[in-house]
Amino acid sequence: MRGFDALLPEQVFFQGMSPHALDTIAGCASNVRFAADEWIFQEGEDASRFYLLRHGKVALKAFVPGRGEVTIQTIEAGDVLGWSWLFPPYQWHFGARALELTRVIAFDGACLRMKAEADHDLGYELLKRFSQTIIERLQATRLQLLDVYGVHA
Amino acid sequence: MSAIRANPMAPDPWRIERIRRETPDTFTMELGPVVGETTRPFAAGQFNMLYVFGVGEVPISISGDPTRGTSLVHTVRAVGAVTRVMCALKRHDVLGVRGPFGSQWPLREAEGLDVVMVAGGLGLAPLRPAIYQILARRTQYGRVALLYGARTPADLLYRRELYRWGARADMDVQVTVDRGDNAWRGNVGVVPRFIATAQFDPLDTMALVCGPEIMMHFTLLELQKRGLTAEQIFLSLERNMKCALGFCGHCQFGPFFECKDGPVFRYDTIQRWFGKREV
Ligand SMILES: Cc1cc2nc3c(=O)[nH]c(=O)nc-3n(C[C@H](O)[C@H](O)[C@H](O)COP(=O)(O)OP(=O)(O)OC[C@H]3O[C@@H](n4cnc5c(N)ncnc54)[C@H](O)[C@@H]3O)c2cc1C
Ligand code: FES
Repeated sequence: MRGFDALLPEQVFFQGMSPHALDTIAGCASNVRFAADEWIFQEGEDASRFYLLRHGKVALKAFVPGRGEVTIQTIEAGDVLGWSWLFPPYQWHFGARALELTRVIAFDGACLRMKAEADHDLGYELLKRFSQTIIERLQATRLQLLDVYGVHA
Repeated sequence: MSAIRANPMAPDPWRIERIRRETPDTFTMELGPVVGETTRPFAAGQFNMLYVFGVGEVPISISGDPTRGTSLVHTVRAVGAVTRVMCALKRHDVLGVRGPFGSQWPLREAEGLDVVMVAGGLGLAPLRPAIYQILARRTQYGRVALLYGARTPADLLYRRELYRWGARADMDVQVTVDRGDNAWRGNVGVVPRFIATAQFDPLDTMALVCGPEIMMHFTLLELQKRGLTAEQIFLSLERNMKCALGFCGHCQFGPFFECKDGPVFRYDTIQRWFGKREV
């Protein structure tokens, strides 16, 4: 198994980060695997981690009364999963379920928050990257909501 | 490409030979000539004017295989006055056909390059002839990717073909829907998201894009993020049409007439007007 020092710089999400920052972040990382259909987290649970997908596919799920579990979006290798660990009350707003065997790097949220408080340069780098991801998801969600393929007479 | 006719506004009768329902409001029909001609050659990206006698005429892309020009294939979504009546037609009914009209996908220029095709909704219909043609000459192209987004799994066009193309080792097919259902195990999300991870070399790639304008807008941003220039991107646009011959001005788009200068445009030529209202 390769160490995180080799894995992290390969991830688009961390591109351009200083070796020092990567080293600090790697201290909060662990390697995790989910089987097909396994829940990674469920709505309402404590959001204690975030994940970077290395392999596989994950469905973001919302429970809609009457309709059951609805997939809002699927996430693939290279994507980041979860930002609820960054903002109080640190609870998942959606569930995430592996659709196939999925390998991720998991990052401990409390560990990262502590390090970001102590080192604001690191915190700013992380926030910049998460903001970018959040903006991309927001734009994508808007496009989904516009229902652009529908007939609008 | 179309033959010179005595009266280019007069449609020729073509008979519906086969109809296939694609989705609840979309169908694909194969037309054969009623008189005279045996084939009507066309280029991938072109369209015909289809006339429902007594109702009206609408521009519809040709969605069939340009390498097998025995019938004319069109995929139509019933949205309004003409297309709804067209949707109710049956096998052996006769339609009027004028065409083919318009510009084509740059498949010759794309030889030797990777090709990424991005389709949204019904935008897959005008791209399908390009897919057929590329696959017929597969060795002439580098990597080939098709990224296709639809509203729901029930709205996916050409399912069997999508499955077949997706099973090929020499084609990367990514299908995504805006809204999944419980049986759907595929991708959920908008199609531009898949551009970041599609396999192509930005220096040597041609992108062919067709879909609703807002979807194309986000697709362009993602393609440019990957390093494609406006010269490497071709779009197919839709404007209202009447004559399809560059006479009436109905389809004006900036300094262009979409019926004869388009519907396929290289992005740098229309960049100034694309996405603006009322051009
Ligand atoms: C070059 C070109 C190629 C085209 N290719 C195809 C094709 O392959 N298949 C196809 O089905 N259509 C295609 N179209 C669109 C098609 O021409 C129109 O949908 C058709 O003209 C509508 O005619 P209608 O009389 O049935 O509807 P109308 O009565 O003119 O329109 C009814 C309502 O539907 C809305 N509407 C019209 N078109 C669309 C649309 N495409 N999507 C969503 N809402 C719409 C209008 O806003 C209007 O309010 C193409 C258009 C162009 C310009
Ligand atoms: S439709 Fe008449 S000018 Fe184009």
